[in-house]
Amino acid sequence: MTAHTDRRDFLKLSGMAGVAFASGLFPAARAQTAPEFHFVQLSDTHWGFKGAPNPDAEHTLEKAVATVNALQNPPDFIVFTGDLTHTTDDAKERRTRLKRFKEIVSELHVKDVRFMPGEHDASLDQGEAYKEFFGATHYTFDHKGVHFIVLDNVSDPTAAIGEEQLAWLAADLRQHKPADPIVVFTHRPLFDLYPQWDWATRDGAKAVELLMPFQNVVVFYGHIHQEHHQMTGHIAHHAAQSLIFPQPAPGSQPKRAPVAWDPAHPYRGLGERDVTVGATYKLTELPVVKG
Amino acid sequence: MLHMTRRSALLAGLLLPAGAALFKAMAQPALPEIRIAAKKFEYTPNKITLKKDQPVVLVLTSEDRIHGFKMPDYGLRADILPGQETRVPFTPTKEGTVGFFCDVFCGGGHEDMEGTITVEGA
Repeated sequence: MTAHTDRRDFLKLSGMAGVAFASGLFPAARAQTAPEFHFVQLSDTHWGFKGAPNPDAEHTLEKAVATVNALQNPPDFIVFTGDLTHTTDDAKERRTRLKRFKEIVSELHVKDVRFMPGEHDASLDQGEAYKEFFGATHYTFDHKGVHFIVLDNVSDPTAAIGEEQLAWLAADLRQHKPADPIVVFTHRPLFDLYPQWDWATRDGAKAVELLMPFQNVVVFYGHIHQEHHQMTGHIAHHAAQSLIFPQPAPGSQPKRAPVAWDPAHPYRGLGERDVTVGATYKLTELPVVKG
Repeated sequence: MLHMTRRSALLAGLLLPAGAALFKAMAQPALPEIRIAAKKFEYTPNKITLKKDQPVVLVLTSEDRIHGFKMPDYGLRADILPGQETRVPFTPTKEGTVGFFCDVFCGGGHEDMEGTITVEGA
């Protein structure tokens, strides 16, 4: 209980101390009169990972759940942008990890939770096990005037969205006006962030092209285990931190490898993101708190 | 007669280009082959040295499952399927070292499945 209170006190502070991001990168999201709301993005939890980059891998997700539960103002919904579990060749173990992940996140007080797979969850069996636990890998939903689109760029192990899903996306977008606010959730970057490290989606440019006629589009994704912000034209793309280990900045070193765990600063580079959707989007990065 | 002439002309039109291509292929020496075997989660060899501006053919094979071969610096990529050779013509044009990696997710060590090609002056 004390720990819970401490965490809540910390979050009161982190509302100011957490890294907030709201700039000209964002299009005007919605009309001034639309109701403001917020959601929380968690990403790349890699449940089942074991290794030196995170000696507390088994409990980091639980800490993230506690952090979200301690938010003074609960989010309208929570979204996990893929790599819920760490990959395994063993199909039975894959299901064990997905089951355990689902049990842990069932502790979230907010019950409107949206999921999508990452390549670690879905690429070895084309999403078969993932679907058993979480259902469809691509879908849409609407919330307070914003159209949310979840795109799957991982069930195809070649990191492609595929023509069938692109046709589905095109058909969905035909139902919307150019000024409608649209948020896309996906796992991998839809643009060529750093192809030398495979930080791209093979046919992501086709999805971006379909989205270009829409004036208010923001993409939230994971995969690269760090906060990152980039524009493709007027479309903003925001990568989230991981909840297992950070990755180095794109191209900052010869080889992509997890950033080493620093005992002096445990959980550094890990965290969740709160997104407030109003007339603009405001991002606040929340660190993992040592429980 | 006219019919025969047209048919002869058509036949010649079909055969001549094919013959020319065949002659051209026969006249060119075979390109050196660089054989690269892929398996979870490595390429063998994974360090290759080539001469600048000297064309080769990368002959890619897989020993277990489908893998990918992607070399973004040259815009090259290919699927590597078990039981067959994937042949990728390649002419290195810049001195230095470039990376290649598997871009078909293949399991726990997928992110470490990579190699380099170092290009030296001719």
